[in-house]
Amino acid sequence: MLAFTLRRAIQAIGVMIAVGIISFSMFRFAGDPVNQMVGMDTSGAERAAIRKSLGLDDPVIVQFGRYVGNAAQFKFGVSYQFRLPVSNLLMERMPATLELAICATIFAMVSGILMGVYSALRRDSLLAHVFQAVSLIGISLPTFLIGILMIYLFSVTLGWLPSFGRGDVVHIGWWTTGLLTWSGLKALIMPSITLGLFQMTLIMRLVRAEMLEVMRTDYIRFARARGLTTRAIHFGHALRNTLVPVITVAGLQFGSVIAFAIITETVFQWPGMGLLFVQAVQNVDIPIMAAYLMMVSLIFVTINLVVDILYTIVDPRLRSTVSRAH
Amino acid sequence: MTEPVLSVRNLQVEFASRRGTLRAIDGVSFDIAKGEVLGVVGESGAGKSVTGLSVIGLIDPPGRISGGEILLSGLRIDNLPPEEMRRVRGKRIGMIFQDPLTSLNPLYKIGDQIVETIRTHLNLSETAARRRAIDLLAEVGIPAPEKRIDGYPHEFSGGMRQRVVIALAICAEPELIIADEPTTALDVSVQAQIISLIKRLGRDHGTAVMLVTHDMGVIAETSDRVAVMYAGRVAEIGPVQDVVRNPLHPYAKGLMGAIPTLAGDDKRLVQIPGSMPRLSAIPRGCSFNPRCASAFDRCRVDRPEPLSRGTQSVACHLYDSVPTETAA
Repeated sequence: MLAFTLRRAIQAIGVMIAVGIISFSMFRFAGDPVNQMVGMDTSGAERAAIRKSLGLDDPVIVQFGRYVGNAAQFKFGVSYQFRLPVSNLLMERMPATLELAICATIFAMVSGILMGVYSALRRDSLLAHVFQAVSLIGISLPTFLIGILMIYLFSVTLGWLPSFGRGDVVHIGWWTTGLLTWSGLKALIMPSITLGLFQMTLIMRLVRAEMLEVMRTDYIRFARARGLTTRAIHFGHALRNTLVPVITVAGLQFGSVIAFAIITETVFQWPGMGLLFVQAVQNVDIPIMAAYLMMVSLIFVTINLVVDILYTIVDPRLRSTVSRAH
Repeated sequence: MTEPVLSVRNLQVEFASRRGTLRAIDGVSFDIAKGEVLGVVGESGAGKSVTGLSVIGLIDPPGRISGGEILLSGLRIDNLPPEEMRRVRGKRIGMIFQDPLTSLNPLYKIGDQIVETIRTHLNLSETAARRRAIDLLAEVGIPAPEKRIDGYPHEFSGGMRQRVVIALAICAEPELIIADEPTTALDVSVQAQIISLIKRLGRDHGTAVMLVTHDMGVIAETSDRVAVMYAGRVAEIGPVQDVVRNPLHPYAKGLMGAIPTLAGDDKRLVQIPGSMPRLSAIPRGCSFNPRCASAFDRCRVDRPEPLSRGTQSVACHLYDSVPTETAA
C-alpha cells in the first residue's frame, strides 16, 4: 500500500516537471519580459542590467533549474502588473476559488447522485424524463450563458441574490471564508450552481447508467433471492457498486471545476484565482499565468493521487491486487 | 402422503415480446416432498430455469406467470403481494445460482452478507447472527470459518464461493432450496463436493431441493426423482432409477441414450436429430413430434397430457392406447 502510494507520488512528480517545462517555456516564447517591465525610454544599458539581475543571460538549463527550484518553494517571481510576489497574490485568491469549487462539487455530487439513482430506479416515471431533459440542457448550454441567465432572473428581476462578488468574508488565519456570513453564503449560491451544473449532469448520467448496469448483475439478483429489502438492495448493494466510477469522475472533474472556474469567476466577478488569471492574460502578466498553470496542475495531480488511494478504500479487490503487486 | 413442500400446478409463464406473447412454460405440474431432491433436466431453453425463477417469484418483466398455481406447504405464493413474497424469499425458499463468481457482492465481506441476510429474516442480534454465520460456514465446509468470515468474495476460490452462496441460501432454514445449475461453472472435482454438500444439507434439514441442471450425471447422483422438460413442458417425471433405466418418453429415451458409460464400450452414443423448437415456432400437437422417430398422425394434431405409467408419468400418445396400471 505504501509502495503503491509512493510509486504514484513519483509519477506525479514526473508530471509536475513536465508542466514546469511548459510553464517555463511561456517566459521564453511569450515576448521579452524586460520589455513588459520597463518603459519606452529605458536605455539599452538599463535593460541589460535588468536582464542580468533577472538571470536572463544564463543558459536555458540553468534558468529552468532555478525556476523549478523556486517553484518547489512556491516562489513564482513578481507579477509584472501588481509588483507583488505571485505566490502572495495566488494565496490571497485561492480560498475564494477553492470554496467555490468545493461548493460546486458538493452540489454536483449530491444532486447528481440523487437524480441519477432516482432516474435509474424509476426509469419510466415523468420525473426521470424531466431529469434527463434537464441534464441535456446542463450539458449543452455554455456555463457563461447559464450564469448570465441566472443573474438576470435572480438578481435583476427577482432581486434575491447578489449578482457579483463574494459578499462579506471572515478571515481565519490566511484563509478567508464566505461560509460564515449570510451575505457570503447568498453570494455563493449562483456561482456554485453555475459551476457545478455541468458536473451534476455528468454525474447524474453516469450514476444512472452504472446503476442500471449494476441492477442487472447476478449479485443483485442473488440479493433479491435472499429476500433483502428493496431499500437494502438499492442503497446498500447497488449504489455502493455504482460509486467506484463516480468517485473517479467526480475526483477528476474537481480539477476541471477549478480550471473552469475562470469563466464562472469572470461572469460573477468572483475574486478568485480564475479572475486573477484572466486579468493576467489581458496584461500579459506571464509570472501569474505560469504560476496559475503550475497551481492548477498541482491540484489535478494531487486529486488524481487521492482518487487512486480512495479507490482502494471503496473496492477491497484493489486493496489486495495492490499489495500483491508489490 | 403428507402435503408436499412445493406443489406446482399447471404453471404457465408468458413473455410479452414485440412479435406477440411467447409461452415459455406451458402447463408444468410437479410436487416436491419434504427432504426430497427433484432433478429438473432438459436442453437449454426448455424452461428449467424459468420454472425455478417463477417459484421464487423472480421472473423479470416482460415475463409473468399467466396461469396455474404454486403452493409452498399449502400456501399459495404465486400471487402474493411483492412485500410478502420478499419475506418468503430467503426465509422459506433459498436459491443458489449458476455462477458463484458473480453471485456475491464483491464490495462486502462474506460475513456481512450472511449476517445481513440472517438479520433480514430472523430476529437475531448482530453478535448472535455472526455466531450463526460462522456455524453456517463451518456446516458448508469452509475451513477456519471464524477467520474466513471477514474475507471478501475475491479471496475465495470458485468452489468455496459456491459454498458461501449455499450458506446464504440456507441461513434462514428454508423449506425449499432451488439450485439453478449449481455446479455448471465449477470444475469437475469441485462439482462432486458441491453436489454431496447439497444432498447432505437436504437430508440433515429435511429441506426439499429443486435441482435444475442439464447434467444427467448430477441428477443420477443426487436426485430422488427427475423431471425431464422439453419446450416448456414436462415430458416425463418419475423416480430417478426408473427414468434412467427405463425411460418412457421418446425424448427421455434419447437423453438417456446420449449418456456415455464408464465401461467404455464402443457403442455409438444415440443422438436426437434436430434441435428444440424456438418459442415462437412450437409445432402443433406434441412439441417433440418433428424430432420423434415414433411419431404418428395423432402426435401432429393432439397435445399429449401426462399419463401415469407405474411410478412414472409421461406425456406421450404412445402410452395412451395401453390401459393404465394405476389411477391417473
